[in-house]
Amino acid sequence: MVKILNISRGDVEQVALLARLELTEQEIVLYTGQLDSILEYAEVLNRLDTENVVPTAHAVPLHNVLRDDQVKPSLAQEKVLANAPEVEDGFFRVPKIV
Amino acid sequence: MTMDIIAKSAGELHVLLADKEISATELTKAYLGRIQKLENKVQAFVTVTEDVALAQAAEVDVKIARGEKIGLLEGIPMALKDNMCTNGVRTTCSSKMLENFVPPYDATVAERLRQAGAVLLGKLNMDEFAMGSSNENSRFFPTRNPWDLERVPGGSSGGAVASVAADEAVFALGSDTGGSIRQPAAFCGVVGMKPTYGTVSRYGLIAFASSLDQVGPITKDVRDNAMVMNIIAGHDAKDSTSVPYDKPDYTQFLVNDIKGLKIGVPREYFAKGMDPATAKVIEEAIETLKDLGAEIEECSMPHTEYAMPAYYLIAPAECSSNLARYDGVRYGYRATEAEDILGMFKKTRAEGFGTEVKRRIMLGTYALSSGYYDAYYLKAQKVRTLIKQDFDQAFEKYDVLLSPTAPTPAFKLGEKSADPLTMYLSDVCTVPVNLAGIPAISLPAGFVNGLPVGLQLMGKHFDEGTLYRVAYTFEQNTGFHKVKPNLTAEVSA
Repeated sequence: MVKILNISRGDVEQVALLARLELTEQEIVLYTGQLDSILEYAEVLNRLDTENVVPTAHAVPLHNVLRDDQVKPSLAQEKVLANAPEVEDGFFRVPKIV
Repeated sequence: MTMDIIAKSAGELHVLLADKEISATELTKAYLGRIQKLENKVQAFVTVTEDVALAQAAEVDVKIARGEKIGLLEGIPMALKDNMCTNGVRTTCSSKMLENFVPPYDATVAERLRQAGAVLLGKLNMDEFAMGSSNENSRFFPTRNPWDLERVPGGSSGGAVASVAADEAVFALGSDTGGSIRQPAAFCGVVGMKPTYGTVSRYGLIAFASSLDQVGPITKDVRDNAMVMNIIAGHDAKDSTSVPYDKPDYTQFLVNDIKGLKIGVPREYFAKGMDPATAKVIEEAIETLKDLGAEIEECSMPHTEYAMPAYYLIAPAECSSNLARYDGVRYGYRATEAEDILGMFKKTRAEGFGTEVKRRIMLGTYALSSGYYDAYYLKAQKVRTLIKQDFDQAFEKYDVLLSPTAPTPAFKLGEKSADPLTMYLSDVCTVPVNLAGIPAISLPAGFVNGLPVGLQLMGKHFDEGTLYRVAYTFEQNTGFHKVKPNLTAEVSA
């Protein structure tokens, strides 16, 4: 059985980066405490032996639901761009990437 | 006359419309008037679609004038939780992130209701991105419980249940991931059904946790609930998690007879922390069902206590993945003071999302991250199998299972918002159902100090029929659904 470690401040900062969330100092402290409590609560799952249990990803048995590869019209470009914060020449315009 | 019309069910209103005793326009105007009168108190609506509603009602009136037969939901004013996309109508998830988002398409459930002639009154307030159990996480304003305006309506479909309880809509659609239809339905004294996973299309439902989310009807009585299920349920090619199944006419199950039906009452659902007065209401309901001929006995579902921790790993994990799309690039909120793309992502998401949403994204990201995936997410998915097996075994012996919907009646605004764990525990009776994917319904079962208490019935996969039969029988023999909150006394005319 894997030992679960509760979360540290460093973990929270790393997770925030992965989740693309900018956190204030106050939030880092708050979340570290709250996430630690929630994970502590989740430790109860370790009481169960699940060595030979198959995980359930989906509640009803469906596999590989596919359709025939038929080309159909998709959403019109003006509709795609209609909610965009910034548009230029039919592109979504964003701050510099490189 | 208006007060009578406002209180009626869809079933009753259909007869009045078909008999031309009231026009669809008069009916819609009556509900729009009610919304205008009550909204400063209840605050169930994010957007009211008055023009759309009146145009839709007018179309129904044209049909009636031509002597054409109308469908059961035709001309019936309803509203949708604001996480269901409506073409051309703002859809916000009660979040700053989508505050000005106007979808270019309809959710399948919205389209089916539209084709059935139902009239859209507006979009309903919710906990942001469906995360919460009190509607206090709405980024805009909290919705209030029509039975006591100082109390929460429950969540995350708080606006949806409050609108139906206050007769601001004849019916509504909510969504349920861990109890978000059933718990608020219990708090506000209305009927709420979470269908079997895969029965109702999730196309156009803004996703929270893809393996748990389901759309379901919120109604004034059980008959209306079955009528709405008939319209919204059924396979949809646009949702690959939608199941092709033999969809019955759900109203055929509205039979006042449960003699010989076997009902199990899992003792673990009457957990510590359960309000004794609420437990008493449920025990009385059990006696009523026994008197009506059901065979009821206590049973055990030993993995029940593991459902909450499993859910609070699985749901945030799936949410962290689903909410990764909100990056300010193509739609939604974008932070303006960023120098580069990474800064833009981080600020957009920090400013666009509220506290609970960010907390769950953080929890989910952590649970899925390298080094922790096995210990948390995978472990929780294995426990999910054990929980599902508990239900499979129980259903070998029983036709339905019974429990309280929530451990307490509606709590006061602000009472549980300090500690997230305390808030999460109000879902203890509802969460196992979503993990197993089975259907469950909450219906009014009585009152504690004037506050509604809900009874939950859980059924086998695709067996909404038996749930409707038990619910209908209980309802017809008790009449709790006919009791209305005393709102007009608090509202100036």
